[in-house]
Amino acid sequence: MEQKLLRIQARALEEMAGAKSLEELNEIRVRYLGKKGELTGVLRGMGALSPEERPRIGQIANQVRDKIEEKLNDSTARLKDRIKREKLAAESLDITLPGTVFNLGRLHPLTVVTRRIEDIFLGLGFSIAEGPEVELDYYNFEALNLPKDHPARDMQDTFFITQEVLLRTHTSPVQVRTMERTAPALPVKIIAPGKVYRRDDDATHSPMFHQVEGLAVDRRITMADLRGVLQVFAEQMFGPETRTRFRPSYFPFTEPSAEVDISCVMCGGRGCRTCSHTGWLEILGCGMVHPRVLEMSGYNSGEVTGFAFGMGVERITMLKYGIDDLRLLFENDMRFLQQF
Amino acid sequence: MRVSLKWLREYVDITVPPQELAERLTLAGLAVEGVERPGEGIEKVYTGRILSIEPHPNADKLSICRVTLGSGEDFQIVTGAANVRAGHVVPVALEGARLAGGLVIRKARLRGVESRGMLCSGQELGLDTSVMPPDQAHGIMLLDPDLPLGMDIKEAIGLDDVILDLDLTPNRGDCMSMLGVAREVAVLLGQKLNLPETPVAGAGPGIEGLVRIDIEDPDLCGRYVARLFRNVKIGPSPSWMRERLRAAGIRPISNIVDITNYVMLEMGQPLHAFDYDTLKDGHIIVRRARRGEVLVSLDGNERKLAEDMLVIADPGGPVAVAGVMGGLATEVTENTATVLLESAHFNPVSIRRTSRALGLRSESSSRFEKGVDITGCRRAADRAARLLLDMAAGEAAPGAVDNYPGHASPRTVILRPERVEHVLGVAVPRGEVTGILAGLEFQVADSGGDLLVTVPGHRVDVSLEEDLIEEVARIYGYNRIPYTLPYGASTRGVRTSRQSLEVEVKDCLVALGLHEVVTYSFTSPSFTDRTLLPQDSPLRSLIRLQNPLSEEQSVMRTMILPGLLEVLSRNASRRVTDLAIFELGRVFLPSRTGPLPVEKPVLAAAAMGMSPAGWNRPGQPYDFYYLKGVLETLFDRVSLAEYTLERETQNSLFHPGKAARVTAGDWEIGVVGEIHPDILENYDLPHSAVAMEIDFRVLADLAGRPRKYRPLPRFPGVERDLALVVRKDVPARDIIGVIRKFGGRHLREVRLFDVYRGKQVKEGCQSMAFSLSFRADDRTLTDQEVSEQLAAVARALAGEFGAELRS
Ligand SMILES: [Zn+2]
Repeated sequence: MEQKLLRIQARALEEMAGAKSLEELNEIRVRYLGKKGELTGVLRGMGALSPEERPRIGQIANQVRDKIEEKLNDSTARLKDRIKREKLAAESLDITLPGTVFNLGRLHPLTVVTRRIEDIFLGLGFSIAEGPEVELDYYNFEALNLPKDHPARDMQDTFFITQEVLLRTHTSPVQVRTMERTAPALPVKIIAPGKVYRRDDDATHSPMFHQVEGLAVDRRITMADLRGVLQVFAEQMFGPETRTRFRPSYFPFTEPSAEVDISCVMCGGRGCRTCSHTGWLEILGCGMVHPRVLEMSGYNSGEVTGFAFGMGVERITMLKYGIDDLRLLFENDMRFLQQF
Repeated sequence: MRVSLKWLREYVDITVPPQELAERLTLAGLAVEGVERPGEGIEKVYTGRILSIEPHPNADKLSICRVTLGSGEDFQIVTGAANVRAGHVVPVALEGARLAGGLVIRKARLRGVESRGMLCSGQELGLDTSVMPPDQAHGIMLLDPDLPLGMDIKEAIGLDDVILDLDLTPNRGDCMSMLGVAREVAVLLGQKLNLPETPVAGAGPGIEGLVRIDIEDPDLCGRYVARLFRNVKIGPSPSWMRERLRAAGIRPISNIVDITNYVMLEMGQPLHAFDYDTLKDGHIIVRRARRGEVLVSLDGNERKLAEDMLVIADPGGPVAVAGVMGGLATEVTENTATVLLESAHFNPVSIRRTSRALGLRSESSSRFEKGVDITGCRRAADRAARLLLDMAAGEAAPGAVDNYPGHASPRTVILRPERVEHVLGVAVPRGEVTGILAGLEFQVADSGGDLLVTVPGHRVDVSLEEDLIEEVARIYGYNRIPYTLPYGASTRGVRTSRQSLEVEVKDCLVALGLHEVVTYSFTSPSFTDRTLLPQDSPLRSLIRLQNPLSEEQSVMRTMILPGLLEVLSRNASRRVTDLAIFELGRVFLPSRTGPLPVEKPVLAAAAMGMSPAGWNRPGQPYDFYYLKGVLETLFDRVSLAEYTLERETQNSLFHPGKAARVTAGDWEIGVVGEIHPDILENYDLPHSAVAMEIDFRVLADLAGRPRKYRPLPRFPGVERDLALVVRKDVPARDIIGVIRKFGGRHLREVRLFDVYRGKQVKEGCQSMAFSLSFRADDRTLTDQEVSEQLAAVARALAGEFGAELRS
């Protein structure tokens, strides 16, 4: 009896080792442990044993059953694991195939840069003002201390619609309109982004382009404030290491006037082709609002001072992205627009 | 303004290297655009004398020269130039020499004859022919015969110089002169300014009685000084003067003309020389031109003069356009013996208008229109006389006629030292303020309080306290002003709701796959015909530019769409045929109420082709429903819920069967649709395109309905599909309307998810499948309830449209 049990165990274990599928293992379980299985059959024959033999054989039988069961569970788990692994291996993807194409559009680079400029000045407490693109000569020139026949009018070749109506040549008229609307309230702190037009069309000039104007008027505005605000702007726009440099210049609507250079964004100031080996790039014009402009706009120039600045968005955009041809900005070639 | 440092040194000691000087000037407001070293690269070129010259035996156009550099050795050089003779002193480049273009000279054999180098032309030494005397513009450069031989050519012709190219702002007319620049340099470097010599020893009878000056229009001519030069010997000016003129970019002509140009460059006062004998009665009349008067100007052109132009006339008529250009009949020629020299002051505005009207801009007019120093006219005339004497080119009659109706006492301006700090934000010490102003030749009276500042005649741009503050600041140094932030009440920097909406709309369209474009606001008037606008369309009322650059950019746009169609077309021509774009910009419509047009913000979009396809997902066609979907998503994004689409058949841009007008009550929001085939053809578009244009003001007015939270449903809903076969001409909106009407109060949503027209559906019909969701707020609906409701809907659809239920 004992021999028979051990033979069954050995045979069962051997068959299990050869099993290739869960089905086969299941068959083995039925064949040995099932109601009609071999082990069950042997146990049924236990009645024929002597009472002294019974507990010993019974114990052996239990051991054999436990052993077979344990091995069966083991093999099943191992086989399941193998099957899972084989399945996962068979399922592997070509992860180098491209992902699903999502179709995202792009903002025009000029919009990206204008928004950046706006956000910087919004953060400095400036709000955004707007004005007409078709403007009166009065606001574009006269009220900015540029009477008719002023030689500085040559600096800005103008598109006229009538003798008194023109396409604004800069965003500065928004200064005047804003002050007229606000005076005598203080403070005034605005920027005015928008399209401007000059009668110029070549590799470095577009007849339509974009500027952002800035204006601050209050009782104690100084040129040092102008320097501080523009330094903050330059650092936020071009990076914290950016330095600014003020050069005296001339605009009829500011006095004193300055042009502002930033340390070259390409070479950091060491000198390269972009900065014509000067280490500096001109990015904007600015100054203290001319007393006559303040007066014409309704402020007492004895009591308030102000600063104003104006920058070209195209220039900053080209610097920021390394664009070398201005015309690309207005050609709207998809292959260009998709890059931003 | 080109400034020769060699010349500048005559007036001021330059104690820093050229590059540093350039930097200092730039930072003081005289922007130096470039620093040129004209002789750079030229090496081992010397003065040499031609000893003999004989024809080349094998070549008609070549000759063989023997040349000495004064060293005793002779050199044989073959030249092709025809203008050299024995005895001429010329630039000689021997083997090993280097010329302006980088050319290195080697020994050569020319048609069998050895040549040890070459004789040089001005161009080969880097000179521009436009500034060379006419007789030297071609061929070998002939040098002053008195020059020592073997001298380095750079030294011999003044190429050992540095030229600063100044880009002056229009207010600094005073720096359009060497002395003006020298004054700035002196202040910046703390050096003394040396003024040129002007005392004149007159000879012969005085000018009185020989010259008469009448200023008839003193508003346009504030001063007229004349001097008379006699026994003038016309000839070339000395080489030092020619070199200086050349360095400044002015072509030497003859001694008298050169003197006038030289003094203009030196002092900033334009001068004009008349041949005295051609002037009637020696009588100059300064007056406005008379109707119909003409003048043949120096360049030989007949100029028609207008009545507001100032002319210099004699009793016979105009002889010059004042300050702009002289007349041919009175010009100085090689036969001139007596010269009347004019040194005058003209009204800047008048000069500017006249030079513009005549299309003539000269060195003279560009100085007058910026304003010259009225107090300096006599000094300039004397300086010219002095140069004439120094050059032994003639005699100066004693005295001058000085007619000075514009005489005025100098301007004074009060400068409050505390105001300097108030404007600049830095306290410049009082002593530094007065020092700077004094250095710039302002007279400063300092009695301890406010400063009383007298403005020198050359600073016509200074009249206000702020002008003085700028003078102080620019010499003090803008970059010594500290960085501060505005003091005072802090302000809120926020976008207005309208500005935020712009941001939101653009971001939404970008998220939907459209690219933003920027097109010009001006366009060709032909867009009205290309878009087949009806003749009475208000969009045909165009605002025209008076002076467009071209017809293509001559009117302001009244629509944005034509610009977008051009973008589609341009991209298509570059083989990009799949794209979706938008622009948010202004259109310009005439106003009935004011001088300025109405600027209406418009949002426009256009698309053609397909969205990009991937390997696992096909592209979506950019068709009507695509753009309608964009519009619906956008409106949802900006919380605009109440709007309707009506079929649009009248808009010439759009396909009459595939376009819709978008309205909300009485508001016209815009239009969306497929572009009309005729328009596609007019814009050379390869296949169909869709577009929309939306009035952004209306969008802004209607958008922004506040969103409110609704509690999430607590009970599950029931979804049922409903498939119908219905006639094709029944609009989906009507079917959905009936479904909603009969769907009962628990019907929450109706979604059309399939439309099929094909063989399985009977002729003239289509199959439409809707998904209906039912839900109650207070319980779970039973199947039976929902089925009953669905049956009611089906009955209604059958009754209303003859729709058959499909199962
Ligand atoms: Zn650089």
